[in-house]
Amino acid sequence: MRIEIKNLYKSYDGTPVLENFSLNITDEKTVCFMGASGRGKTTLFSIIMGLIKADSGEITGTEGQKFSAVFQEDRLCEELSALMNLAIVQDNPDKDRLTELLLSVGLEEDEIRRPVTELSGGQKRRVAIMRAMVNRSDIVLMDEPFKGLDDATRAQVINRVKDNLDGRMLLVITHDEEDARLLGADVVYI
Amino acid sequence: MWVKEKIKKLYGVIFWVALWQLMAMKIGKEVLLASPAATFRALTDLMGQPAFWHTIAFSLTRIMLGFTLAVLRGVVLAVLSAAFTPVKDLLSPLFSVIKAVPVASFIILLLLWVRGGNLSICISFLMVLPVVYNNMLQGLLRVDKNLLEMAKVFRLSAKKQILYIYLPQVLPYFIAACTTSLGLCWKSGIAAEVIGMPSGSLGNRLYETKLYMETAQMFAWTVVIVLISFVVEKGFLWLLSKINDKITKGFL
Repeated sequence: MRIEIKNLYKSYDGTPVLENFSLNITDEKTVCFMGASGRGKTTLFSIIMGLIKADSGEITGTEGQKFSAVFQEDRLCEELSALMNLAIVQDNPDKDRLTELLLSVGLEEDEIRRPVTELSGGQKRRVAIMRAMVNRSDIVLMDEPFKGLDDATRAQVINRVKDNLDGRMLLVITHDEEDARLLGADVVYI
Repeated sequence: MWVKEKIKKLYGVIFWVALWQLMAMKIGKEVLLASPAATFRALTDLMGQPAFWHTIAFSLTRIMLGFTLAVLRGVVLAVLSAAFTPVKDLLSPLFSVIKAVPVASFIILLLLWVRGGNLSICISFLMVLPVVYNNMLQGLLRVDKNLLEMAKVFRLSAKKQILYIYLPQVLPYFIAACTTSLGLCWKSGIAAEVIGMPSGSLGNRLYETKLYMETAQMFAWTVVIVLISFVVEKGFLWLLSKINDKITKGFL
């Protein structure tokens, strides 16, 4: 797989957020995007996923690809349990595997059956990350996924992410170089 | 805790029934204010008559038919309005008029067009429709756009989007609409029967008690109406909570 981004330009109300951004990502790589706030990292991800259109420039290699994502916000179905949030993004959910996965990122047995609205911010974040991993996708995009997790939990979650990547391309926005190191990722500065 | 709450509620009921009894004793004329005891006696007398149950069945089926039709129609129209702005713009003045017109005007107007027996169906339909439509529309328009974007990225099917994104977020609006409109349709439906006087209806029986000055029976019928309204509302909410549980707890 090869994604080519050529001269991507996007502005909001006349203010450019992405200016002639170009990048090639080859093979099933893990890439971390770093840079100051407001440099268009989230906008870039939205364009890659097809949620918004660029003003000019083009992206090739993403046609027909399936995405899964961790957004800046958790975007979980708050009334559903953690288990159900994972199950709904699968065609044939395997309850035991999903349970095992959630337990492996530090959630307790009773917590995974509670509506996620009753979980803490860090617990919700872990559910959102695992949702992206269990979805059958070609490219996984994560926007500041480990924000708010303590060091030990972050390392634990990153290990589970790597275990469940299955050779897929992983693109991560982060402000922390330690994330890139733990993920073993290439770093692109925007 | 639960028992304590129930006792608190019961305490309130006992207070008001006692006050009612005292006032009836003070006035001393059953024809002006029937006592709780006289009302209870009239109610037990009525319950022994087969016509009592026929009367309840007659009004209950008609008013609930009007309610059901309005809920179905209201939901469909709200979905169409949420999806297509021109539909919303077209329906907006119609529902404003329906809400503003007094129920008595509708009753008198409908008496010209429909048979007395069907009057309560039409009136309960008209009272419930705008409430369900407006609440459902508000709920649908406030569905979290971020979740819809998530559904798009994860390629969730339309069925999953409806079950897991729309329904949980719209259900509180639907429950509020049904709670409000169930009481409303009972009051307006019975009022329509009192004016339209379809034979064998609750409204007609209520009117007859006034005609023959049977105040205890009038109170008894009123108690029956309140009880049915209460039971129907609780039953409906119970059913909705079971459906909600089935969806959110689902297969896991």
